[in-house]
Amino acid sequence: IMCASAKYNTRGPALIPRMKTKHRIYYITLFSIVLLGLIATGMFQFWPHSIESSSDWTVEKRSVHDVPVVKLPADSPIPERGDLSCRMHTCFDVYRCGFNPKNKIKVYIYSLKKYVDEYGTSVSNTISREYNELLTAISDSEFYTDDVNRACLFVPSIDVLNQNALRIKETAQALAQLSRWDRGTNHLLFNMLPGGPPDYNTALDVPRDRALLAGGGFSTWTYRQGYDVSIPVYSPLSGEVDLPERGPGPRRYFILSSQMALHPEYHLELEALQAENGESVLILDKCTNLSDGVPAVRKRCYKNQVFDYPQVLQESTFCVVLRGARLGQAVLSDVLQAGCVPVIIADSYILPFSEVLDWKRASVVIPEEKMPEMYSILQSIPQRQIEEMQRQARWFWEAYFRSMKAIALATLQIINDRIYPYAAISYEEWNDPPAVKWSSVSNPLFLPLIPPQSQGFTAVVLTYDRVESLFRVITEVSKVPSLSKLLVVWNNQNKNPPEDSLWPKIRVPLKVVRTAENKLSNRFFPYDEIETEAVLAIDDDIIMLTSDELQFGYEVWREFPDRLVGYPGRLHLWDHEMNKWKYESEWTNEVSMVLTGAAFYHKYFNYLYTYKMPGDIKNWVDAHMNCEDIAMNFLVANVTGKSVIKVTPRKKFKCPECTAIDGLSLDQTHMVERSECINKFASVFGTMPLKVVEHRADPVLYKDDFPEKLKSFPNIGSL
Amino acid sequence: MQTRKKYIFLTFLASWLLLFLFGGDQLRRFAFFSGRKAEARGNWPRWTDRSLLKSFADAEELQRDGDPSLPSPRQRRAAWLSVYRSRRCRMETCFDFSRCEKHGFKVFTYPQERGQPVSGTYGKILSSIERSRYHTANPEEACLFILSIDTLDRDHLSGQYVRNVDEKIRGFPLWNGGRNHLIFNLYSGTWPDYDGDLGFDTGQAILAKASFHTESFRPGFDISIPLFSKDHPQRGGDRGWLYQDSVPPKKKYLLVFKGKRYLTGIGSGTRNALHHIHNGKDIISLTTCKHGKDWEKHKDTRCDKDNIDYERFDYQELLHNSTFCIVPRGRRLGSFRFLEALQAACIPVLLSDGWELPFAEAIDWGKAAVVGSERLLLQIPSAVRCIHPERVLAFQQQTQFLWDAYFSSVDKIVHTTLEIIKDRLSPHRSRSRFLWNALPGGLQVLPDFSTHLGDFPFYYLQHGYGPSKKFTAFVRAVSQAGSLSQPILRLIQAVSGSQYCAQIVVLWSCEKPPPPSGKWPQTTVPLTIIQGRRQLSDRFFPFEAIQTDAVLSLDEDTSLSTSEVDFAFLVWRSFPERIVGFPTQSHFWDPEQGRWGYTSKWTNELSIVLTAAAFYHRYYHSLFTEYLPAGLRELVDGLAACEDILMNVLVAAVTKLPPIKVTQRKQHKEVVAQQAEAGSRRFSQRQDCLNQLADWFGYMPLVSSQLRLDPVLFKDQVSVLRKKYPSLEK
Repeated sequence: IMCASAKYNTRGPALIPRMKTKHRIYYITLFSIVLLGLIATGMFQFWPHSIESSSDWTVEKRSVHDVPVVKLPADSPIPERGDLSCRMHTCFDVYRCGFNPKNKIKVYIYSLKKYVDEYGTSVSNTISREYNELLTAISDSEFYTDDVNRACLFVPSIDVLNQNALRIKETAQALAQLSRWDRGTNHLLFNMLPGGPPDYNTALDVPRDRALLAGGGFSTWTYRQGYDVSIPVYSPLSGEVDLPERGPGPRRYFILSSQMALHPEYHLELEALQAENGESVLILDKCTNLSDGVPAVRKRCYKNQVFDYPQVLQESTFCVVLRGARLGQAVLSDVLQAGCVPVIIADSYILPFSEVLDWKRASVVIPEEKMPEMYSILQSIPQRQIEEMQRQARWFWEAYFRSMKAIALATLQIINDRIYPYAAISYEEWNDPPAVKWSSVSNPLFLPLIPPQSQGFTAVVLTYDRVESLFRVITEVSKVPSLSKLLVVWNNQNKNPPEDSLWPKIRVPLKVVRTAENKLSNRFFPYDEIETEAVLAIDDDIIMLTSDELQFGYEVWREFPDRLVGYPGRLHLWDHEMNKWKYESEWTNEVSMVLTGAAFYHKYFNYLYTYKMPGDIKNWVDAHMNCEDIAMNFLVANVTGKSVIKVTPRKKFKCPECTAIDGLSLDQTHMVERSECINKFASVFGTMPLKVVEHRADPVLYKDDFPEKLKSFPNIGSL
Repeated sequence: MQTRKKYIFLTFLASWLLLFLFGGDQLRRFAFFSGRKAEARGNWPRWTDRSLLKSFADAEELQRDGDPSLPSPRQRRAAWLSVYRSRRCRMETCFDFSRCEKHGFKVFTYPQERGQPVSGTYGKILSSIERSRYHTANPEEACLFILSIDTLDRDHLSGQYVRNVDEKIRGFPLWNGGRNHLIFNLYSGTWPDYDGDLGFDTGQAILAKASFHTESFRPGFDISIPLFSKDHPQRGGDRGWLYQDSVPPKKKYLLVFKGKRYLTGIGSGTRNALHHIHNGKDIISLTTCKHGKDWEKHKDTRCDKDNIDYERFDYQELLHNSTFCIVPRGRRLGSFRFLEALQAACIPVLLSDGWELPFAEAIDWGKAAVVGSERLLLQIPSAVRCIHPERVLAFQQQTQFLWDAYFSSVDKIVHTTLEIIKDRLSPHRSRSRFLWNALPGGLQVLPDFSTHLGDFPFYYLQHGYGPSKKFTAFVRAVSQAGSLSQPILRLIQAVSGSQYCAQIVVLWSCEKPPPPSGKWPQTTVPLTIIQGRRQLSDRFFPFEAIQTDAVLSLDEDTSLSTSEVDFAFLVWRSFPERIVGFPTQSHFWDPEQGRWGYTSKWTNELSIVLTAAAFYHRYYHSLFTEYLPAGLRELVDGLAACEDILMNVLVAAVTKLPPIKVTQRKQHKEVVAQQAEAGSRRFSQRQDCLNQLADWFGYMPLVSSQLRLDPVLFKDQVSVLRKKYPSLEK
């Protein structure tokens, strides 16, 4: 068994043996004739019919009334009642699912049949529109398999969405005679309206033995946590009515109740609320005097006022969702669609998909006993939070309520996550609306750790052929107390690095790695030789930094291990005339980047730079031989949401060797190119991640009137 | 040869042509046939009449879900009370919420009875509760009750098993059928089946129990706690073993286990199989048969070899050097290994089917552990190998966060239990799952302060918010003069000159009443005066008047310039969870005296920012007042100068990070230095305070920093005209 990511095709291109030219022409001619013949056959025979007939052949044109009829003998077996103690490890046969690199369960759907009893009376409606949509969605999904032997989960095509529309005993018998039933092991039933008069059980009454139940309206007593899946009661209005998303904010009513046929006791409580709080509470009910032809389900009334349903839900901040005879209510879906924050009053109700959805972010749950306090409870919620709940409610509807497909796929994903927990979808992916996913960061180095000083840092020097300068850098850097290793990245393929004996003798290990190509990104490669967390990237001409400056830089990095810590700072500015970003290297009061000619950062960012750099930035940098430092600044800021830390007053790197070419004209083209980089990267990232700050880090006693010899880092201060 | 080939190809061509001309129909039929065959195994059919299908329920039925024949909601709830009891308890049926309404969430511990000693561990649990801010000595105002009978070990073969619990309980007048009681238990049942039975009738009490089985667990009512050893520290607790985020995060071993193998009985199945995955290289899975007195009786053929291998590896070494650790069930579902692995940042691979994971109501274990299945042991190696390094790194960090937030001491375990119960009392004022699983953890985030993430200093980046763009200057006036001194007037002028200042609040802590409003300087921002209670801890009271996220805490004699304030506020906006301020002090360990030392001298390090001039988030006022137990605040009020140290200690305990010092002009540093010199009594009090706080927290939370944040061009040799904050250099 291999990990999906570890699979590589290592075979090279196949070799074609050379043939004699004479034969070759002959063969090629013949081959092309045959090929043409084939194509022509295909075109003429199949093409003209394809539009209507492709479905003809792959999926048969049939009516649901043409499906085979199965007669259930009166004495055919009935499954046991549902087993309340079932859990995945006791009632689910996990061996059927197996280990696979995609970590996806395989779901099989039984073909549709019509079940009749001995007298030929049908057991239920063959299939409802919603259940057909649900099965179609499963069939179109990645989970689907048509091979019953490879399946891990079985979905009967027997429609049990509504218990009132079926005959309980006979449906159970129909389940029991499914070919792979086996006491219901690994079978998944979908039910939205459980129970019936007089006791309205909260789970489907059809005996179903070990089958998993995706049910709408579970109570804590019937829900088998970690086994069943709690699903919403689908509201067909979701498909019929288009309610455009309304921006969050205060609405006309504060609390609205739109349910019909509420228990009189609840009604009284709501009316008491209204009496107390006046117009901000609106209690709607069924309209009594509607003219004919107006569908009663699309209207609500308060006294003589008529409102459109579900549109009216958008007029309120909070919408009450009370339990009826059942716990699960279709109105919840309408309320979420309207972006109204549901106030759920149904003791013991298991909210839809509660295994993965954080309902506290989208709803308010109030115990039935506390109904009279509803108004004050809701008043205590901060306005900003209400706005977020409104957005969250709408997002839940869009992602998990809006269609039978959404419900089906969320259910299967939940079961999938239980079977492959190490590949499960995270809390954030389930719960964060796209706007939050977009604007938030999840820092990969989130734990506040100050790495031990003893670990030290690894200096990585990128060099091409300036050996003399390189040796001076090595000698200087080796004086820094916390240096633990020095790595020279030899980027020149045409010249060998100097012999071992010529290198400066230093107190820490010195390694030379040779690269295959002269690329700038080689400096940010996560070499195995880097064994410390901290990396000091340093150019082969940076000889002016003092040991104190470097050591202090390392100490500052320890306090900010998830940031870039560097010396000269740079700034990006918005050029209003040109309407684009501009690179600024003047001595400004602000910084948003540091140069990586000498900078400390966490080795993790080498991984990110090499393997996770968005778009074509990496290639772009290598092609232009510039801006690798800007790319690194973007990358780190984007993933952490934090600014760089500039240390010490140092403003620029002056190298004695390169003063000659430091001409003005060169400088200007350089600046233009750097500005281009910023614009390019900002467009690839889709945002400007860099953060502007006005501070730099100095030693605590920097420039204080205090004896220099008592300061930890006295030799700091040159520009 | 050539001609033959030619003919062959010609024939081939001809037959294709023939097929093309006449064979189309047959071919189509063939295709149709195969299509039919595929249909039997194909996708779900697109029914021709699918649009005519009826809905599963008509709209009326969905919207009018009522039944007038049903009993009224009140009757139904009353009926539930008698139906859903004991094994089927839920908060709404077995817990009396009304007890918690008047006095809030208060916990009462039964007084210790004479001649009824409790185990050390239970003693720690009781003292954790007594130290918590929820404790009450008055049963009348209690919402939750804790027995004085040690119920931790209910294995009746154990020496600590308490007999006749039923009888004792019946004698308690407060017992009330177990209503609103919380019972702690670590071990239940005994050889051979180790069932979850406690051996007495727990009635309607909530169980906080280790090794909880999902079957007997009453969701939303019981609480699963981790098994912890009798050496588990009362408070503080050791930190986790992850000191650095190594990259790649892989350690020497991939997966390890070292432990007992049960030869017979419950739990033996899993442990007997563990040796199969041992490969001697990166997967080390060792078992020994040696345990109990008569292991040799049951000994099998593997035992001798296993026992030899077993001795070759050291458990601690494996724990330190492995990426993943197998945590299999023992006789019971939970084991010590779980917390050990968590602390060691060795990602737990759980093989304990049916275990209700500790605090699963709050903690998202999918972020910190691999929940394996006992039945799929052999898949574990490949499954963990496939976990991406990025995820491993996140897992490792999450283990450390969880360990430190909820498990590292008995205090934390007990407080987490209490907070989970408290959250149930008012669902609308409770922590979301996000809060429990993100730094700094649920215990330090008070839903009573706010339920909106943006009101806390911790979540700005994760949710794309920013702290408010203005601050409140909060000045404490204590001078006895009764009139306004020059320094305070100057201070108010300087602060109100800041473009970021939203308001000024003066806490008047003097005996004499504050001067009338006409005496106060005219400022562009609103000025509010609050009459304090003249206690030191007052200055960190969450006054309603403070409207902004940022608070600039000031003493009346502090001297600050407008540009100092401006710069410091901008720095604070980059570090909203920390204290950002001007004068600093530092702590150090004094090995000679064996205690913490404290210095206000100039040093190269800092760990305390004086709240005489500091920015911090307003949430810390609530944390200071609500989160810390009253005893600690009394301590602070008793000592003359401790409250700012406590604030620093508290913030450091929450963030694990040092405070931030910003540039200050020279003058007021000298003032502070003089003050410190002047009062050596004050100095020794502060040192005492520091040590008492370290003792109370169980460790020293303060963290040192070696840096100061200055403006980018601070004291640089460039024109003053270029500089934004030239006055800071005077």
